[in-house]
Amino acid sequence: MPEATTNSRTTRAGQHRYVAPLEETPLQSVDAVSKESDGSSLWKDAFRSLIREPLFIISALLILLIAVVVALPALFTSADPTFCTLDNSLADPRAGHPLGFNQQGCDIYARVIYGARASVMVGAFTTIAVVILGGIVGAIAGFYGGWLDALLSRIIDIFFAIPFILAAIVLLQLFRGSISAWHIVAVLAAFGWTQIARITRGAVISTKNSDFVTASTAVGATPLKNLIRHVLPNSIAPVIVTATVSLGIYIVAEATLSYLGLGLPTSIVSWGADIASAQTLLRTNPEALFFPAAALAVTVLSFIMMGDAVRDALDPKARTR
Amino acid sequence: MLRYTSRRVLQMIPVLLGTTLLIYAMVFAMPGDPVAALFGEKPINENVADQIRAEYNLDEPFIIQYLLFVKGLFVGDFGITFTGQPVIDVITRVFPTTIKLASMALVFEMVFGIIIGVIAGIRQGKLFDSTVLMLSLVIIAIPTFVLGFVGQFVFGIELGWFPATARDASFISLLMPALVLAGVSLAYVIRLTRTSIVENLTADHVRTARAKGLSEGRVTTVHVLRNSLIPVVTFLGADLGTLMGGAIVTENIFAVDGVGSALYDAILRSEGTTVVSIVTLLVIVYILANLLVDLLYAVLDPRIRYA
Repeated sequence: MPEATTNSRTTRAGQHRYVAPLEETPLQSVDAVSKESDGSSLWKDAFRSLIREPLFIISALLILLIAVVVALPALFTSADPTFCTLDNSLADPRAGHPLGFNQQGCDIYARVIYGARASVMVGAFTTIAVVILGGIVGAIAGFYGGWLDALLSRIIDIFFAIPFILAAIVLLQLFRGSISAWHIVAVLAAFGWTQIARITRGAVISTKNSDFVTASTAVGATPLKNLIRHVLPNSIAPVIVTATVSLGIYIVAEATLSYLGLGLPTSIVSWGADIASAQTLLRTNPEALFFPAAALAVTVLSFIMMGDAVRDALDPKARTR
Repeated sequence: MLRYTSRRVLQMIPVLLGTTLLIYAMVFAMPGDPVAALFGEKPINENVADQIRAEYNLDEPFIIQYLLFVKGLFVGDFGITFTGQPVIDVITRVFPTTIKLASMALVFEMVFGIIIGVIAGIRQGKLFDSTVLMLSLVIIAIPTFVLGFVGQFVFGIELGWFPATARDASFISLLMPALVLAGVSLAYVIRLTRTSIVENLTADHVRTARAKGLSEGRVTTVHVLRNSLIPVVTFLGADLGTLMGGAIVTENIFAVDGVGSALYDAILRSEGTTVVSIVTLLVIVYILANLLVDLLYAVLDPRIRYA
C-alpha cells in the first residue's frame, strides 16, 4: 500500500519526527452501545441457552402439567379420591378407574391425581419459607460481617449439625395427633433454612466487594440500599438453583415423615401416606405402591432437572463448552 | 497445624452446647407426662411418681435439668433410661451397629461413586455419561424408604440373595441396608465427581502433563483425579454424620438394632436423656468428620497450609 505509506509520512507543523495520525474512527461507534440492540444480562444469556436445552424444556413442561394437576385435579378424573368401599378392595382396573383400587377400595388413579396438591404445596411453601428465612439470615451475616456474622454463622452451624429428619421427628411429636400441613411446613423450614443461609452468605460475600458496589457507595448509597438494590439481585442466582432442587427434596421429606407415621393426617389425600400404606401389599399388588411412588418421583425429578438445567445455564464455565 | 486444630476443637464447644440445648428444649417441650406413661393402664401413684421425677431431675426447671445433664456429660455420665438401664449401655449396644452400617454405606459411595463418576467425566457427552447423569437424578428423586421396600422385596424376599432383615447385624445382612442408605448420597458423589473431573480435564496443568508425554492413564489418575477429589472428600466427610443420623428410615425397614431405632423408640417414650445423649454423640461425629476433612485438604492440595 504505497499511497497509505506516503500519506502517513506527512509530518504536521511543528513536528520533526514521524507521528502516527490520529484514529479517525468516531468515538461513538466504538464505545457506545447501539440503542437498537438488546441489552444482555446473566439471566437473558441463561434464558437464551435454556430454551435450546431439552432437559429444561421437558422439566418445564412437566412442572406446568403438575401445576395444572395441583390447581384443577377435577380436570383429570371424575372419580372421588375419598370415596372408598371395601367392595372394591384391590379390585382390577375397569372403565373409569384405569389403575384399579387399593386395599381400602379407593381409586388409585384419583388418589394419585388429588395427592399432588398436598405434596407439592408442602414442598412449595417450605421452599418459600426457607428462602425467606435463610436468605435474610445469610444476607445479613454475609453483608455486615464482623461479630454479627460470627454469631449468625454459629447459629447456622448449630442447626446444620442436627440431623434434619431427626429434628423433624422430635418437633412433630409436639403436634402429634393433630399434625396439619402447616406444621410440616414449619418443621421442615425450621431445620432446612441453613443450607440457603450458607449459600446466600457466600454469594453476598463474593458480590459485596464488586466494583459496582464500591461505585454505588461512592455516589452516596447507604449500606441498606446497596444490599437491596445491588448486592442481593446479583447474589440470587445460586439461591434460586438450590431452592428449585430443594423443593423436590422437601416433597421427599414429607413422604418420609408420612412413612414414619408423622406425616399429614389420613383425611388429606397425599402420596406419602399412600406409599406408606401400600408397603405391605408389595408382593400381591405392587401397583398400589408403584403409581403414587412414580408420581412423586416424576414430580421431584422435574424440579431437580429444572434446577440442574438452570445451574448449567447460569455457569459461565459450563457455557463456553 | 496444631494451632489450627486446637482452634477448631475449641469452636466445637459453642456448637455442641447449642445443639444439645436445642434438642433438650425440643424434647422438654414434648407433650405428655413420660412418668405418667410409665404406669401404663394402672392408676398413678403420686408418691412413686414424685420419687421417679426427683430421680430423673424432672422436678427441676428446664434450665437446671439441662445444666445437670451437661454436668453429667463432662464426667462421662449419660444418665439412666426410664427402664433403669444406663444410657451408656444403650449407646455401646447401638453405636457399633450403626457405625458399621454407615461405614459400609460410605465405602459404597467412595468406591462406586468415584469410579462411575470418573468414567462418566472422561466420557463426557457420550451415552454412558448421559445415562449415568439421568439415572443418578432418578435415584435422588425416589424416597429412600421406597428404595428400601423394593430392595428388600426384590433381593431379600423374591430372589433371596440377601437376608430380608438385619437383626443380627452381620456383614452380609447389612449389605442391602447399606446400599439403600448410600443410594441418594451415591448419586450425589457420582455427579460431583463427574462435574469435578470435567472441569479439571481442561485445566492448564493437565494440558502440560499431556504435553510432557505422560500416558493418559497417569494424567487421569494423578493429575486430574487428585485435584478433582477435593469437593468429593468434603461431601463424603459431611455425609458420614448425615448417614448416621439418617439411618432411622433404613434401620426401620430392615429391623436393624441401631442408633436410628434406639432414637425413634426413645422419642416415642419422651425419654429426654437418651435422645439428647445420642444426638450429642451424632453431632460430635459430624463435627469431627468435618474437621478431619479440613485437615485432609492439606494432603490433597499442597497449596493449602494451616498455620
